[in-house]
Amino acid sequence: MALIEKKNEMPVQTPEERAHNFKEVALGYSEETALNEASRCLHCPTQPCVTGCPVNIHIPDFIAKVKEGKFEEAYQIISETSSLPAVCGRVCPQESQCESKCTMGIRFEPVGIGRLERFVADYHNSLSYIKINVPESNGHKVAIIGSGPSGLTCAGDLAKKGYKVTVFEALHTPGGVLVYGIPEFRLPKSIVAKEVDTLKKLNVDIETNVVIGKTLTIDELFEDGYEAVFIGTGAGLPNFMNIPGESLKGVYSANEFLTRSNLMKAYKEDPITPIMKGGNVAVVGGGNVAMDAARTALRLGAEKVYIVYRRSMEELPARKEEVEHAKEEGVDFRLLNNPVEILGYNNPDDPRDPKNGFVAGIRCIKMELGEADASGRRRPVEIPGSEFVLDVDTIIMAIGTSPNPLIKNTTEGLEVNKRGGIVIDESGLTSRNGVFAGGDAVTGAATVISAMGAGKLAARGIDEYLSNKR
Amino acid sequence: MYKIITKKSLNTTVTQMEIEAPLVARKAKPGQFIILRVDEEGERIPLTVAGTDKGKGTVKIIFQIVGATTLKLNHKNEGEYIEDFVGPLGEPTKTEGIHSVCIIGGGVGCAIAMPVAEEFHRLGCNVTSIIGFRNKDIVILEDEFNRCSDRLFVYTDDGSYGKQGNVTVPLKEMLENGETFDEIITIGPLIMMKFVVLTAKPFNIPVTVSMNPIMIDGTGMCGCCRLTLNQDGKRVTKFACVDGPDFNGYEVDFDEAMSRNRMYTDFERHAYEDTCNLFQKEVA
Repeated sequence: MALIEKKNEMPVQTPEERAHNFKEVALGYSEETALNEASRCLHCPTQPCVTGCPVNIHIPDFIAKVKEGKFEEAYQIISETSSLPAVCGRVCPQESQCESKCTMGIRFEPVGIGRLERFVADYHNSLSYIKINVPESNGHKVAIIGSGPSGLTCAGDLAKKGYKVTVFEALHTPGGVLVYGIPEFRLPKSIVAKEVDTLKKLNVDIETNVVIGKTLTIDELFEDGYEAVFIGTGAGLPNFMNIPGESLKGVYSANEFLTRSNLMKAYKEDPITPIMKGGNVAVVGGGNVAMDAARTALRLGAEKVYIVYRRSMEELPARKEEVEHAKEEGVDFRLLNNPVEILGYNNPDDPRDPKNGFVAGIRCIKMELGEADASGRRRPVEIPGSEFVLDVDTIIMAIGTSPNPLIKNTTEGLEVNKRGGIVIDESGLTSRNGVFAGGDAVTGAATVISAMGAGKLAARGIDEYLSNKR
Repeated sequence: MYKIITKKSLNTTVTQMEIEAPLVARKAKPGQFIILRVDEEGERIPLTVAGTDKGKGTVKIIFQIVGATTLKLNHKNEGEYIEDFVGPLGEPTKTEGIHSVCIIGGGVGCAIAMPVAEEFHRLGCNVTSIIGFRNKDIVILEDEFNRCSDRLFVYTDDGSYGKQGNVTVPLKEMLENGETFDEIITIGPLIMMKFVVLTAKPFNIPVTVSMNPIMIDGTGMCGCCRLTLNQDGKRVTKFACVDGPDFNGYEVDFDEAMSRNRMYTDFERHAYEDTCNLFQKEVA
């Protein structure tokens, strides 16, 4: 059979349509397309894709099952190593992971591994009857702090080994960044809920409304009989630029803007939680979070949405697919622009003018790329005298986060690095006996899949630690 | 789900509830707050802890009916449940090294000031309390303050109860008469706290203010509750949920905080009216 050189296209909502709704952008493969895409896999003996996956999914094996039309068996293979297949199939940057290693990709387009993973997971989730093998309990209790991707992965892996796992979540809904951060149109919340339900069926307890470091401390968890603890608390407090005007009304952190829209459902009609809608919006930053914020603003009814980023497209860190989607939907990329001041409205004749104190614009300066800096990227340098003003009503700062202090401040002997990230060894162990950590709480803001990889590593570390203790 | 154990109306717009939340009750200290959601799909609102009963495992909250959520909360009765209740959040009020304190509460802020006054009283401090209200009808917690204060001043804006004037009047008199305190702690409307700071400033007495910005998660994730402090000539961003809610009153940019608290005024008014109408329809 002749090789199929190109990946099967993913059906998507048209840009005109999707820019005005919160329904999922990508619609998923049909069975027929999935079979066709699976047939592109060469089943090369070296399996380089597996090493490209942070959780080492047995990719060629699951694709072989897809090829045979045995989709549920394919799912079982994925779920041996991944706790959240329907999530990863949607939000993983496959182009820089598994698919970047694909042998087909040397001469042609790589196999659409992510699209196949999503197809398999959605097929499984659509079955009315799902058999879950609940492992026999080994009687050992483990506490997981945070129900984001690292925590859920760690919980799933330990539960499958028979541990009695309790996940503590500070918010009212489990899922962490998967529910408060990533928008509905990229990851429907029903999918996260389904993955959480699967964990519950594995006898994982999920305690919402518990803030570890406040409601309970790590030391109290040990007193309560937990033998090991995993910290997967995520990235923490949003960064701001420290330029004038950042406290004006209409300036949001991306975390706040996305939390209002996603977790608090401000995107729905007649929301209970308010959010600024419409007008012109500038999103500062070039990562995936910036893309999510920009596309959310558009869907909330913005007339014009800008991405303001101080480097060029080449350095822009967001996934190419997200950038393409944003562009198609009409997001205006203002590259090599850096904000210097946020301008506020102030009516000198009327101190009670309700518009006073709201954002009126953002003053930016044009940049050019100079020498490479420590990160290897060319450093942006200001072009003198090139300042200009963008007329905007809302500004969303998506320039990263700093670690949350709650656990560090209440856990004696927990070592952190100079950026505030928790220090761990190669098994995920922190400086405290029995306390493991992973995900953004360790690395600072990164990807869902790297957090899952860290959760997986720590689950292995916890299992070894508790096995040796016995 | 968290059960409402008791409910009591303190005046026409202020209600006190005890909520069953043993983990929160075990930990909460004066000055800390909780976040609650009344029902599924409800918004998250912060309320300061007004007291705890560790034996019963309950947390006391006192709230003024100002918006849609507090209106819905007030509609719940004893024995009913609220959806979410998380805490204790924020840092407790600092008490170390303070032997004489002046506690100044305004309006419903007295609900938060009261447990702080009680705590200082329990620690053996000399407690002077000043509580202020718009008028006689909304005076709350006078007996409670009487029990834990060495001296209590009650003021109303219109003079319909206690003495006439705002809370800075007795403070200024005392300070001008040469009295001094290790610390002044003030909790109430931003404008009141701003003027307490201005009154105390010439006398160089430390002032702690309890900030009440708009919040969402309350755990240091969203950054909504940020405020600006002027520290050594530099403007520094702090987050009320994890760095506060107590701050050095001399450093806080009150004008900015007041402006930020008005961000959603229109939305809030509409939401309140809609909820009112909904409840009226139910009655009809």
